[in-house]
Amino acid sequence: MSNPIDRRPLGLKIGLWIFVGLWFLIAAFPFFWTVWGSFKVELDFFSIADWTNAIFGRNTEDAYGRPFAGAGYNGAFVQEAFWQNAINTTIVCVCVVTISLTIGTLGGYALSRSGRKYVFWLLITALMFRALPQVTLVSGYLPVFFDWNVWGYLPTAIIVLVAINQPFTLWMLHSFFESIPKDLDEAAKVDGCTQFQAFRHVIIPVMWPGVITTGLFSFLLAYNDFIVTSLILNEGNRTMVPQIAAFLGTTYTEGNVMFAVAAVVSATVPLFILVMFFQRQIVSGLTAGAVKG
Amino acid sequence: MRHSTFFWFFAPTAAAMLLFIFFPIVSIVTQSIFVPHEAVLIESENCGPFGCKIETTVDQSATEQLRREKPLGRFAGTEIYTDRNHLAFGEVGEAWRASESLGAFFSELVDLPFYRAMAFTLTYTFVCTPFLIMLGFAVAVAVNSLHARLKGLMIFFSLLPMIVPPLIGALVLFWMIDSRGVLGQLISFLAADPGLSLKASTPLVWISLIVYGIWSSAPFAFVVFYAGLQTVPQDTLESAQIDGATRWQQIRYVVIPHLAPLMTFVALIQLMDNFRVLEPIIGFQAEAHAQSLSSFILTDLSGETQQLSSAATTSVLTIIGVAILLSPVLVRTWRDFRGGGH
Repeated sequence: MSNPIDRRPLGLKIGLWIFVGLWFLIAAFPFFWTVWGSFKVELDFFSIADWTNAIFGRNTEDAYGRPFAGAGYNGAFVQEAFWQNAINTTIVCVCVVTISLTIGTLGGYALSRSGRKYVFWLLITALMFRALPQVTLVSGYLPVFFDWNVWGYLPTAIIVLVAINQPFTLWMLHSFFESIPKDLDEAAKVDGCTQFQAFRHVIIPVMWPGVITTGLFSFLLAYNDFIVTSLILNEGNRTMVPQIAAFLGTTYTEGNVMFAVAAVVSATVPLFILVMFFQRQIVSGLTAGAVKG
Repeated sequence: MRHSTFFWFFAPTAAAMLLFIFFPIVSIVTQSIFVPHEAVLIESENCGPFGCKIETTVDQSATEQLRREKPLGRFAGTEIYTDRNHLAFGEVGEAWRASESLGAFFSELVDLPFYRAMAFTLTYTFVCTPFLIMLGFAVAVAVNSLHARLKGLMIFFSLLPMIVPPLIGALVLFWMIDSRGVLGQLISFLAADPGLSLKASTPLVWISLIVYGIWSSAPFAFVVFYAGLQTVPQDTLESAQIDGATRWQQIRYVVIPHLAPLMTFVALIQLMDNFRVLEPIIGFQAEAHAQSLSSFILTDLSGETQQLSSAATTSVLTIIGVAILLSPVLVRTWRDFRGGGH
């Protein structure tokens, strides 16, 4: 069979190329622009006089003698101690992913092997929980957390994020475990294993692809969260995203918007690397739910 | 699997969801019908050399006792639900009687904070979702026609707007459309209006927020549709070609019906996600022009004095909104469950 691309008329081909190129610009250009601009001074990044300043950095050159300056990064990391927020984000993400996968794997496995009617209702409940805006839940936590004196600490935010993460994790892992043949653990049970032993010795060795994909999404949820971390953590324990929001509140007015730009770029770099290595898993994770549903 | 085995496997995740998703719902319902006790005041007359004056002091012990006796607070019933900041029955009724046309009534209505937030949230949800599905589909069809190497590269860069934290994505766009940013200057050049600022007018702020919404979520639709395109039955496509179907007809009558379930899926997920829109409003610093239900709650929670009862009431109303939004899906699933026997 000949390749259908070859049979496209030239006009259509050019049209497709232009459209794809345009989409590429829309999707990627804002990031390139911001990365480039983060090494300039504010007068170049926001140039009233001439927009080409943002490309060539004329004001940056006047101030620092070269068209690239790390002043924004210096301000964010040294002056405002943004590295502390980066460490907090790392702690939160590692803990959320570990805990959420541990309890989610057990739950998702049980859902896929139970075969009883309540499984359906549990999954529907999870779907409804998934639909709730997080901020409505946070307004439920706050008075209780104040009373118990647990407001402001990293462990509180971690537990909350794990719980908010569970509905999605359960859905993903349930559909993943459904795709592992039931005969595997049935055979182990016939050989005298308990359900947990069957899970441990037969299922755990083959579950990693699905668990890694789910883990990536748990990580993204924890990393990208703004609502929970900004309302539950105190100033000293902030993670990166709420700290960037705080930069806008305090530093923005002082003319140090470049701190926020540098922080935004720094927070995007780990995600960029993540997508580079795990693109296939992310795509398959996004489509897994779709193919099932 | 036995019930008891299932229970032990499922207990940890069930406990997490019960404690941190179900109880908070109970908590906001409770908070919305009880308000915190006001401090008990005592008035005492204090007489000095320059005459007597009445002093008001807080009776600490009485306040403490009241709080201990009724820890939930004073029962308020639906008082907060109907006040000016929420459903505002009084004001709505008055606007209904006073305004002559339906349009005048609605313009009165959106002056009330809750209805304004509702109007923006619904507009955002129902404008973004169809547009991002259309854009995602178009990109998926276009990228699918590319060379294999380029496909991977396109997917990589397309994932970026979706995968970065929404606040960061919003800021990246916001800095570009700032009147001193590169896109802001381009727009004011195209509009031949050097003073044009997207931040200044409500319609322009709404449009830029919606553009952000489409930009950040179209990649999701794109990736899902792209995966769906790989499974389009080639036989059907070929027989359509033999029957003389044009390219457009092939897409219209073969590809779109094949992807219809995926479109429903994307629409469902995006309706849920767009309904809770919050971060772009913070990133665009657009609170003055656009409030969503979520940002309305956030404002109550993060203000100088936290308005917990007010936030809880808006939360309950938001959850009712989500339930209404999801009800078609739930009804359909229920029918499938009853009919299909699962």
